[in-house]
Amino acid sequence: MKILVCISKTPDTTAKIAFTDNNTKFADAGVQWIINPYDEWYALVRAIELKEADASTSIHLATVGGADAEPIIRKALALGGDEAIRINVDPSDSYQVAAQIAEVAKQGNYDLVLTGKETIDFNNGSVGGMLAEFLDMPYVAQATSLQLAGTTATVKREIEGGEETVEVALPLVVSCQKGMAEARIPNMRGIMAARTKPLKVVEASGNETLTNVAEFGLPPAKAGVKLVSPDNVDELIRLLHEEARVI
Amino acid sequence: MNVLVFIDHVDGHIKKASLEAASYGAQLAQKAGGTAEAIALGNLTEDLATLGKYGIQKVHQVKNDALNTIDAQVYTKVIEQAVQQTGAKVVVFSNNSTGKLVAPRLSVRLKAGLVAGAVALPDTTNGFVVRKNVFSGKAFANVSINTDIKIISLNVNAFTISATGGTAEVVPFNATVDAPKVKVIDTTKASGKVSLTEADIVVSAGRGLKGPENWKMVEDLADSLGAALACSRPVADAHWRPHNEHVGQTGVAIAPNLYIAIGISGAIQHLAGVNRSKVIVVVNKDPEAPFFKAADYGIVGDAFEVVPKMLEAVKKVKASS
Ligand SMILES: Cc1cc2nc3c(=O)[nH]c(=O)nc-3n(C[C@H](O)[C@H](O)[C@H](O)COP(=O)(O)OP(=O)(O)OC[C@H]3O[C@@H](n4cnc5c(N)ncnc54)[C@H](O)[C@@H]3O)c2cc1C
Repeated sequence: MKILVCISKTPDTTAKIAFTDNNTKFADAGVQWIINPYDEWYALVRAIELKEADASTSIHLATVGGADAEPIIRKALALGGDEAIRINVDPSDSYQVAAQIAEVAKQGNYDLVLTGKETIDFNNGSVGGMLAEFLDMPYVAQATSLQLAGTTATVKREIEGGEETVEVALPLVVSCQKGMAEARIPNMRGIMAARTKPLKVVEASGNETLTNVAEFGLPPAKAGVKLVSPDNVDELIRLLHEEARVI
Repeated sequence: MNVLVFIDHVDGHIKKASLEAASYGAQLAQKAGGTAEAIALGNLTEDLATLGKYGIQKVHQVKNDALNTIDAQVYTKVIEQAVQQTGAKVVVFSNNSTGKLVAPRLSVRLKAGLVAGAVALPDTTNGFVVRKNVFSGKAFANVSINTDIKIISLNVNAFTISATGGTAEVVPFNATVDAPKVKVIDTTKASGKVSLTEADIVVSAGRGLKGPENWKMVEDLADSLGAALACSRPVADAHWRPHNEHVGQTGVAIAPNLYIAIGISGAIQHLAGVNRSKVIVVVNKDPEAPFFKAADYGIVGDAFEVVPKMLEAVKKVKASS
């Protein structure tokens, strides 16, 4: 069984969000970078669990990004990936990222391609579906559980107000979210091993994008909180009813 | 510029999120000088002509048992045929569970740029620029779509449904439909009665509640408001509440009209998933809790005293209105 896990580099969840160059670029000075939490905690850890259950499984990691993405991909190797592929181009839209990973995925003949449900910077949640279309594979999004029996996958996915369980034959693309696995921390042995694991760099094949960010901005600041005394809870509900008109 | 809106449904009924998408698509068509049509796949019991109320002129319906399963591959090919036949230049989805499956695939299939998670009508004065939230709601981006056909998936609760009047013409659409590869074997409804992402009101509680046994008062408050329940991440991690209630940057992102946060500190990762709520109410015994900075209304007090009083007050207001 061969699994490909897509790894994206995102600013740390506590990063201060600001923009430069006339609000066209994310201000990355002093920002800590992490593996996108959905990619790490759910997609990658589930792949590692599948490998633990079947030692013949190999886990490849793919990332689209410059050399600055290497510490991130090394950390993913330390967690338990077997080898990594970096596609050497700056990511600029979901279509471009999916197209690049699709090229790598076609050559690798993977049984299972896992992504996070979205990245926490652009929140598009599109790469998995786009990749599935490029690869002509079925796609299950927002999966909370993934079980394999031979070449059949049983996947739970979130739907409005509930969950749906589906059965589908491999090969398959799945985007992963909470429920899939419990987050892990890399251990010393993993970190040492990661240093010698292969990290292949390939050049981009074409570089087409369909969208571009014209401008970033910050939401308007809140006016400030209106405090109500705990002895006067009726007043709070009255305000919500008559002033805010939300009850 | 003709617009095609994808209509999603559950138990035979059009989802509220699709009415938002229909209103959005109709206003876009009006603005861009075109017609708004819709496509609905599978079996619906609801009368599709009612979509006319939201500004949809024509609904293309494909009744085919194969479409009762939402298989993204099958759906994508059918919608592709509808785009070709109607000559639509913009396709609108809701950014809900179905939209997230299908819109990205359609984007590749049609080589049409996609903005996922749009929050406003496009600005067409200089190209075609759509606003969306980024950095989990901590910022927004104006994204320009550079292709002839454009796809927008609209965030749930981001656009007001506007009903005017009118009836849509419902026409059968003859499409080639593949056999689904995805087989649905079970569907379960979450414990809550209201879907979290679609709810107008969300009542949420955090570690300040001390344990799962104290959720009854939160549930009662939610019930009295017809609200969905949510929780902070440590609450879900400790299995006090199911993981599908975890809201925030790494949980579910929501944008209700009213978000009531009880015993939640308001850490940056929590705020990131809830800061698009229109009105935020915070109950916390710590006056320094960061959540008060993001709140519209607040009570500095003990949840165990305040929440039962809130329930009584809500009942009074409901009884008198
Ligand atoms: C990478 C990453 C991602 C994360 N993603 C998320 C996410 O998506 N969602 C999320 O929620 N968190 C997330 N977190 C965790 C987040 O940082 C906080 O730890 C979490 O939100 C805190 O939850 P809490 O407010 O319930 O608990 P606490 O931090 O323990 O706060 C409890 C609050 O309750 C108050 N309180 C206590 N007793 C009472 C009482 N009797 N009455 C009233 N108030 C009381 C306290 O004053 C305190 O403010 C993430 C963290 C990381 C590192």
